[in-house]
Order: sequence, then structure tokens, then C-alpha cells
Amino acid sequence: MEKLVYINDRPVVWEGETNVLDLARKAHIDIPTFCYHSDLSLYGACRLCMVEVEGRGLVTSCSTEPFEGMRVKTHTQQILQLRKTIVEMLLANHDQECPKCSRANDCKLRDLSNRLSIDEVRYRRTRDFKPMDLGSECLVRDPNKCVLCGDCVRFCDEIQGIGVIDFARRGQDVNVAAAYGKSLQQVDCVNCGQCAAVCPTGAIVVKPHIDKVWEAIYDPQKTVVAQIAPAVRVALGEMFNLPPSELNMGKLVAALRVIGFDQVYDTAFAADLTVVEEATEFINRKSNGGKLPIFTSCCPAWVKYAEHNYPSLLENVSSCQSPQQMFGSIAKEVLPEKLNVKKEDLVVVSIMPCTAKKYECKRPEFIHDGIADVDWAITTQEIGRMIKEAGIDFASLEPESMDLPLGFATGAGVIFGNSGGVSEAVLRYAADKFNIPVPESIVLQEVRGVSGMREAILADGNLKMAVVHGLRNAQELCDKIISGEAEYDIVEVMACPGGCTGGAGQPIVHSRKQRHKRTEQLYHADRVMTLHRAQDNPFIQELYKSLLEEPNSDKSHHLLHTAYKHRKRIDDDELSLSTGEGKDRCKIRVCVGTSCYLRGSQDILAKTLQMVEDNAWGNYFDIAATFCSEKCDKGPNVSVGETVIHKAELSQIKDLITKEAQRRVK
Amino acid sequence: MPNLEQIRDRYNEARALCKKRVVICAGTGCIANGSLKVFDAIKNAVALAGMEVTVSLKSEDPKEHKHHDVYMIGSGCQGFCQVGPLVMIEPNGIMYGHVKPEDAEEIVSRSVAKDELIDRLIYQDPVSGQGYKGPEEIPFYTKQSRTGLKDCGNVDPKNVNEYIAHGGYFAARDAFTQMSSEEVCKLYQDSGLRGRGGGGFSTGLKWDFARKAEGDKKYVVCNGDEGDPGAFMDRSILEGNPHSVIEGMLIAARAVGADEGYVYVRMEYPLACSRIREAIKVATEMGILGDDVFGTGQSFHIQVMEGAGAFVCGEETALLSSIEGRRGMPNPKPPFPAQKGLFGKPTVINNVETLALVPIVMQQGPETYRKVGTAKSPGTKTFALTGHVANTGLIEVPFGTTIREIVFEIGGGVLDKDGKINNDAFKAVQIGGPSGGCLTREHLDLPLDFDSLGSIGAMVGSGGMVVMNDSTCMVETARYFMTFTQHESCGKCVPCREGTRQMLEMLEDVTKGEATEATLDLLEETGRTVKLTSLCGLGKSAPNPVLSTLRYFRDEYEAHVKARYCPTKNCKALTPITIDPEICVGCTLCKRVCPVGAISGEVKKPHKIDPMICIKCGACISACKFKAIS
Repeated sequence: MEKLVYINDRPVVWEGETNVLDLARKAHIDIPTFCYHSDLSLYGACRLCMVEVEGRGLVTSCSTEPFEGMRVKTHTQQILQLRKTIVEMLLANHDQECPKCSRANDCKLRDLSNRLSIDEVRYRRTRDFKPMDLGSECLVRDPNKCVLCGDCVRFCDEIQGIGVIDFARRGQDVNVAAAYGKSLQQVDCVNCGQCAAVCPTGAIVVKPHIDKVWEAIYDPQKTVVAQIAPAVRVALGEMFNLPPSELNMGKLVAALRVIGFDQVYDTAFAADLTVVEEATEFINRKSNGGKLPIFTSCCPAWVKYAEHNYPSLLENVSSCQSPQQMFGSIAKEVLPEKLNVKKEDLVVVSIMPCTAKKYECKRPEFIHDGIADVDWAITTQEIGRMIKEAGIDFASLEPESMDLPLGFATGAGVIFGNSGGVSEAVLRYAADKFNIPVPESIVLQEVRGVSGMREAILADGNLKMAVVHGLRNAQELCDKIISGEAEYDIVEVMACPGGCTGGAGQPIVHSRKQRHKRTEQLYHADRVMTLHRAQDNPFIQELYKSLLEEPNSDKSHHLLHTAYKHRKRIDDDELSLSTGEGKDRCKIRVCVGTSCYLRGSQDILAKTLQMVEDNAWGNYFDIAATFCSEKCDKGPNVSVGETVIHKAELSQIKDLITKEAQRRVK
Repeated sequence: MPNLEQIRDRYNEARALCKKRVVICAGTGCIANGSLKVFDAIKNAVALAGMEVTVSLKSEDPKEHKHHDVYMIGSGCQGFCQVGPLVMIEPNGIMYGHVKPEDAEEIVSRSVAKDELIDRLIYQDPVSGQGYKGPEEIPFYTKQSRTGLKDCGNVDPKNVNEYIAHGGYFAARDAFTQMSSEEVCKLYQDSGLRGRGGGGFSTGLKWDFARKAEGDKKYVVCNGDEGDPGAFMDRSILEGNPHSVIEGMLIAARAVGADEGYVYVRMEYPLACSRIREAIKVATEMGILGDDVFGTGQSFHIQVMEGAGAFVCGEETALLSSIEGRRGMPNPKPPFPAQKGLFGKPTVINNVETLALVPIVMQQGPETYRKVGTAKSPGTKTFALTGHVANTGLIEVPFGTTIREIVFEIGGGVLDKDGKINNDAFKAVQIGGPSGGCLTREHLDLPLDFDSLGSIGAMVGSGGMVVMNDSTCMVETARYFMTFTQHESCGKCVPCREGTRQMLEMLEDVTKGEATEATLDLLEETGRTVKLTSLCGLGKSAPNPVLSTLRYFRDEYEAHVKARYCPTKNCKALTPITIDPEICVGCTLCKRVCPVGAISGEVKKPHKIDPMICIKCGACISACKFKAIS
């Protein structure tokens, strides 16, 4: 028996939708909302999705479960008026600088204001200007545009398992902030940018580097080459209302040439190279008893996440650079001669679906003698805007092909853009070695899928792979690997939902369906290519002959591999609490990192401050709370002057302070 | 398993050996007025008088039972805060007020050693001057029905034996040893007990939901996050009778099958925190709490969680978030805590006053309990009575009592702006704190209960009751409460965060004379929107003070807006410019400079300004050579 719910008096079949809002969408009613997001927990803060349920009155549709025979009204006079008033309240606290906002055409607040025909805000503007966070290389946060829906906060916490931003303060002062109000680049943000992708307004956006690219293009000294990441080709068309098609890649190549790029290459070429290097690294580890599982290293957000949170697993992460960086490295090595240009005049611009790539290309290990392997990384969104800035009629461009040799790729490099793609590409490379039958279609269904955590057991159990996307899933997996609960040979980690196709540099998606289309399209792009295995790429073979000798050779290690380091979560070692004015001051530092805190460091700190105050010794000491001295097993860690005390006890600290103070009193 | 009968009997035996029992109120109000010094002074005076005094009655072992002349305790709040510090002497039933340490000697020599009454220390009616000996005579007490507060202010909160001797823990024992969970839930449903935290939901029903909810673990949470300005009911109970709350939690735990409980108290209540902690420790040592509750093999442990004092944490879902270590922000309901509460487990959350009433309901039986109060709101309710009223303090009355009875009889009448009792000066009563509404003279005879108050735009809330006289500006009152809620909004949902802020701005405009009639319309519409659409109770009730004053005192708002005049002269910007007739010589200069012709008067006679015409330009003030205008 069908269960019916009546929405605006019209029957709708209820098929287990968990809330009225989803059910209404099925009935073609788009109830406005800022904070409802099907992938995130229920929040119920924007109050815009209110509907009237017979017998219950006004309820928020996001939090109301349907029941059989339920009668719902979605747009009564009262509801529309309430929605208008709420949007007016939001607008009064919004900077309303829409023409200057990069999200202007894709802003829910603007859209809603328009939909509700708001032509006047009756409320006084209450907004005080709040400073923007411009510190990050990848993202810009503008609290003046924030509607406090909490989507970014929940995504970062629930999907990425990081929680780098959260609400601070209350009432009218509430704002989204990183720990201690620091900038994103000072904390353990991994730059995945998903906060920007879920933001309904322009409060978090991708940091643009368009101007830098134009500057390079306009500089006659410079030769500017582009590399286009796999996932870009299946998403850019969305910005020009084009249906997904492999032809969009050819149009993009043409557009880049019109813009003024001197050469247009494919990051998928470098992805082929990554497959060869990484698979070889894996095979070596597997046969020589090296560290397993091997974690993929293509995703810079994941790499930074591991550096912050899993120092013990860093040796497991493949030493291979990501395709973007391998491309840059090879380009700066071979192109100066080939294009007859000085190395310092060669500018490599990568066009990426990703915000973290902006950070990756600025990592010091990828900059040699002041010359970066990749000069600028811009996102799909940004290249779309450059095309628009240049006035190019993208839709009617004739497709063109990429330049050789770095523009030639196999399907293996192309599917890197999908979660599971790296694993599949590596499998295609190593199938022979492990006697894994590869079907005619070359599709290895085992590693495909949409679930955030998948596993594939191949070669009669000899090859165990895990594919995860979303860092919360990665966290779960890492914990299981550390505890010994799970064992794998290869683990592929992508920070973004669905992998790079769901990257935060891509045009804003409004549904999971849209993202899945990109995934399908990328697999389609692989299908229509002639070659599907990285080792079959003739230009890769050529590169090994002419430059790299063989996979994992010294030369390739020098050019294509890297190393990782443990990073603190807060990029700041102390928080000054009391500063004296005396000349010869003694510095007291108390670690208040989690481990020391749990061992009572907070109490030591409070009592130390009290003691100094009670004795009026304020001028003799500088007292600071430090964040993780990274000797967690020896906590609480305290230093008084030059003396470092592990497993500190209050009495001991008090004695030392007294001695230091007495010395200064004299 | 503790033998409650034996504890009770031995306590009573030991107590019978004491001649006098002196109870000094050590509630927060009296402590602030110096009651601890009074305690010491009386203790010293007793010793000096050569009498034998004890402050901790040893009752466990009959061999230790001793004769004492005086048994002294510091109690929790006795309620009559207006006349604190309070000293009660039993068995004479004497209550002394405004006691100072200097009075100690006389109290001891006359009323403790002998049975004399010191007239100057007893309560005297401020109008008639009639003196009253003690609680059995003082109208403040005789008009009340102290039920939940009966032992608060009488028992020693630090002595569990005294609580047991007063009948404590018998109900919890019965619940655990003789009743099933269903029976306990049914008893409370039959009693009609409703939650005293503000919502007024049936306690028995709530428990029954949690009982039926599936879960491998269940919790009982006591909400002690009392935050209304001026409200101190929960604080007083936690300080004065902590075991009653523990017993209530035990019965709730039995009703739902919980094995763990939390008491959430704000850290601004340090005495309440330490009293409840101490009581939990004692109860655990006695086997009342712990792994073997009353020898049944069932466990129930209670932890105290100190909140940081955010008002919104009194909202149950925000409180649970806070206990979980997350930001104290409310979550949408459903799911209700009874289904999915603390750490995702079925949870019963009741406020302190409700839990303190729980053992009493079982002691009395549901039928007896229902006899007091109204049909739909049985029992009694405590209120913190403050404001322009002769007797402030903590009171408890049956539901159905009228405001008239509370203010004019228990409260002893309204104080006018000169501090004199004058019932004609009554203007309004604000009930339910910042979430409540203002009631007027027309509601004086309304029987107070959950439903009657809801029907007129107010609410019982947690029970704050502020009496206001005719010198109070209602716009300013609304603005005051709005400042509070606006400041305490957690900022999660849009209407509460942005709406309260806009409402506050508009109210400020009104008090500054910068508002128009359109402001009032928008204020009202915004208030309705916030009320209808906010996520939690804080936001849903935040507009009540504004909406109710707009409803009952619209003319006062309009005077501010249209005539730019504050009738009570509270709003500085709207206080009219006046001419002092004593100084004015009638030179007519002011009349001539007034651009709007607001000044009238004959030559050489004092002039007058019509506030309805005056635009407060100040031209007359600068023109007057005699400084007669201000």
C-alpha cells in the first residue's frame, strides 16, 4: 500500500523520506533553506523551511518526519510573510555588496531575496565591519557575508573530521572562527575548501589568483604554459550552461589559447607518470617487506591532514609527488630547452578542481632557488571567470587538441579525478604482476562506487585495497590500521566527496546528482580514449628513456618524490598571559595541549599566575600558555627560564619561581 | 541497605534530648546580610551563658546520644528574605528578623535560656505595627502553602539524618523496592504533576516516554541552570534541601530505568554546587546511591556538572549539549530527550523544583496531592517575589492563587515611589522573568496556573515575579528584558539572533524618542515572527515582555512615539523640560524664543511649558537668565 502525504492538498507518495523538506522537493516544491544539507546533521537554525502541518501548526520541514495522511501547506500567507521577515533580518546583517561578490550569481541569500520579492529592508543595518581572514593561500573568509547557517562548521567537523572552524561568542556577536580567532593558515586547516563549497553566500570563497595569471600572460618576457587537471574537463561546462561532454575539454584548450597561454598540457600526463612511480614504489614495498599499507599522496589536503594528525603513518604515505607537482617538476626540467625559454621565464599555471593545490604549489620543498615548479594554481571557477572576463563565447568554440608531449595522457591518468581512480589506474598497471584478470572494458568495478569507504580484495586476497573519500572516513580507517583492526596494501584517500570531481574549486554544486554526473562523465572520457594503461603512454616511455632512466631511479626520486613532516595543529607556540616590565625577565611556559591539560597543566598555569600576582612579582616574569610541546607522554610540560620540567608538579614549579623571583628581588 | 526507620528513630531520640533548636538562615540572601556572623555570635553567646551547644547532632549511635541545651543549624533559605538575617527558635516557633550579631546575647539570655519574646526583633506589620511571633502567625507565611519548600529553611542541608527524620528517602525506597517502573510512571501521571521549569509538561508522561524508549542506557538529568534575573527558587532548594533533589532523581531513575544521573548547576551558585556534591557523597556512602540502591542490586550514580552560566543552557537540548562538552546550543525537537537525549540515549530532564516535589507527591499520594491547586495544574508553585512590594522573598502558593493574594496579602502590598505601602500604586506584575509577560490590574483576580497565564501572553516560566508600581516605565521594562535575552541568545537561529537585536534597537529608539508609529508596528511584527519561528524556548518567549506591554500599555508606547513624552519620566531623553515656578520671574523671554509656541504665561508670573508641543530644542534653557528652566 502506498503511503500518501498531502502537500498543498496534492497527494505525494511517501517513500521513506526522512523529512518533509525532502518529500516536498520530490513534489517539485523547493522550500527555501540555508542550513539543511542532506549530507550533514540536522541543524534547524535558519527557520526558513517552516511549513504548516495540520494539527501541529508551524514546524520546520527539515526536522519534521512525514506520517501517513499528513497534510502540509508550504506557502500560506503567514509562512511567506515570516520567510520575508527572516530574510530581511539576514539582509540587515549582511554587507549587501553583491556586485563585488564572487558568489553573486550563485548566492542563496540573493536568490531568496529575489524569490521572495523583497524590495525593501525595513530593519536598520546592524552590521559592524568585521575583519576578513586573508591569511590562507587558498581561501578567503569574509564574516560580513556570513549568515551563520553553520554548513561550513558541520562539513569540516562531520565529513572532514577536522573541526577547524566553529562558532565563537554568542547572540549578536556570534561568528565562525578558527581556534583563538586565528587565521586559517595558522591552524590545522587542510585547505580542502569544502567549507567554501557548502557556503550559501560569499562568506568563504576560493582565494583568487586570476590577476597573477593575467600578469604573467601580459608579460612579454614570460612563456606561460597551462596544465589542466582531469576533473576540470567534466565540470567547467556547468559555468556556461553546457551539457557534460568530453568536447568541453577541447573547447577549454581553445579558450586557453585565445586567452594567451603559450602551451596547453594535461595534468593527466603527469598522473600517468604518478601511476608508474607509485605502483613501482608499492611493488617494491610489497616485495621487500617495506611499510604497508601505502597511502596515496595525490591529494594535498589529505597529505597535510596526515602531517597534522598521523605522524606515525607518514612513512606509509607514498613519497610520490602529486600529479600537479610532477608536472611542474618535469615542465621546469624539459620545457626551457624545448620551448627555448629561460627557466625563470617559464610560468607553469595549473588549472585545478582543488583549492588545496594552491597551498601545495607553495610548499617550500617544491620551490628551488626561488623558482617554483608550479607558479600558480587556479581553480575551475577561476578559469571560467577568466574566459568570461576575456569575453570568449565558450559554447561556440571549436574544440582543439593539447600540445605534445606533455598533453598526451591515457585513460588511467584521466580517471584520477574520481575517487577510486588512482587505485584503478595502479591496478591496471600492476594487474599482470598480481595476476588480476583485466576485462576487455578495462573497467575494474571493484574500486568504483560512491560510498565514502570501500574496500576491494583482489588476487586471491593477496592485494587488499581501501578507497576512502572524506577525511572523517580516512580518520576512521587510519585508527583501525594503527590499532591493527584493519590491514591493507593500498589505501587511496581523497579529501573531497567523490574525489577531485567534487573538489571545492569546481563550480558550486547544488545536488549530489550533479556531482555523480561528473564522475560518470570522467569514466566516459576514459572509455573513449585509445589507451587506458599508464605504461602504454608513448610519451611516458620516451620520458623514461630520455630523462628518468627507470621508475624510482635516483633521477626520478630527485624530480618526482618528496618527504613529509609532522606539523603542529596550531601554528603558534604560545599565548602570552602576563608580561612583566622588568629588564631581566624569566619566561614561564606551561603547555596546555590536550595531553598536558588532561594531566592538570591548566591548574598549574592558573596557580602560577595567582602566585605571581599574589606576590606582586608580575614584573619579573613573562607567563605564556604554549600549545603542545609534543612531549605528550611526559606532560605536564612546563619551563621556567631555561629549566624544562616534565611531569611537572605544582610544588616543584612554585619552588623554581620563588628562586627566580628572589634572585630578581635582590 | 540503609535502615531508614532506625535512622529516623535514632535521630528523633537524639533530637529529643536537645532543649532548643536554633535555626539560622544561611541562604544566599541572609548570608549576604551577615547571617554567618550572627550564627557565630549566637554560638559564642550560648557558650558564654554556660549552656551546652552542638552544631552537629550525633544520632547514629544511641550510646553517643547526649543532652544538649541548644542544637544550632544553618539552614537553607527560609524565604522571607526581606527581613533577613532570620533566626528561628524551636520549639517556641519564634522567628526574629534583621538580626545583628549584637542581638545575640539578648536572644540567648531571653529567648533561648528562657522563653521570652523580644518584641523589637519580631516581624511587625509596617502599616498596623502589629507584631507576629513566628511563621505560624506572620501573614507572609500563613497565606502560603509551603510544600516543596517545607523543609528548605528548616532541615540542616548537611545532615542527611535530619532529612530522613522528616520522612526523606522513604518514597525512593518504596519506588525501588515495592513498585515497578510502570507503577511509578502511573502514579505521577495520576498526580497531575507538571514540570516547574517553564513548559509545564506532565512529569509522569515524560517519564513514561523515556521508560518506553529503547536504549541500553538511560539518563536522568536535573536542570539547575536557573538563569532568570531575580529568580532563586532552584538555588534555594539545592542549597537548603539537596537530598530532596537526589530523592526525586532516584524516583525518576526508577521510573525510566536509568543508572546514571547528572545535576547541571551553574557555577555562579558555588554553595549549591558544593551542597549537592556533598549530599551525593553522603547518599552514596549510605548505599542510597551507588551500585546497590537500597539493596536492590540496581545502580544509580549522580555526577554534578557545573555550567558556565549561559542562560540558554537552561533549555534542555542546549543543556544536554553542554554536558556532552559541546557548545551550549539548542537542537530541534523532535527528537525529544526522552527518545534521544544525553549522548544519544533516552533521557529524562526535570528541573530542581519538580524533582524536589517528586518525593512529596509520593508521600502524599496522588489523590491528596491533586487536592491542592487547580484541576489542570495541581499542587503548588514557588515564586521569587521581588520588585515594588513590601515583602520580598521566596514564596510557595497553590496554583489558582490570584495575583491579588500574592501581591497584597503575602507580599504585604505595593510600595509606591516613596517606598510607602500604597496599593493604588500597583501598575503591573512581570511573571516568568525575561520570557514572561507583564500583567496588569485587570489580571489581579486571575487564578494563576500554567494555562491561564499562557492564554494571556505570559507564562509561569521558572517563577520570577516582579511587582511594578506606577513610577515604572513599561517601555523601559521591556527594553531591560530585551537587553537580557538579546545578550543571552546563543545566536544559532536567525529570528532569535537577529530579531531580538532589531527589537532591542527599536525599543531603544522608542526610549530615545527616535521612533515613529511605523516602528511600533514593525516591533510588533518582529516580535510575532521571533515568537513563531525561533528554534527554542528562549527565542519563542523572548518577545513576551514586549508583546505583552504593547498589548496592555500601548498608550504608554504611543506617548513615547507620538508626544515624545515618557509618562513616568524614566526615559531621560523624553523627560519634559520644565520651568521652576519658584525661580521664574515671568520675564517672558522664554516664551518669545520658543519656536513652536509651547510656553505660556503672563508677565511677571511663572511660565509653563506644554510637553505635548515642546520639541526640546533647548532654546528656552539657553535664553533664561535665571536658570529656571531644566
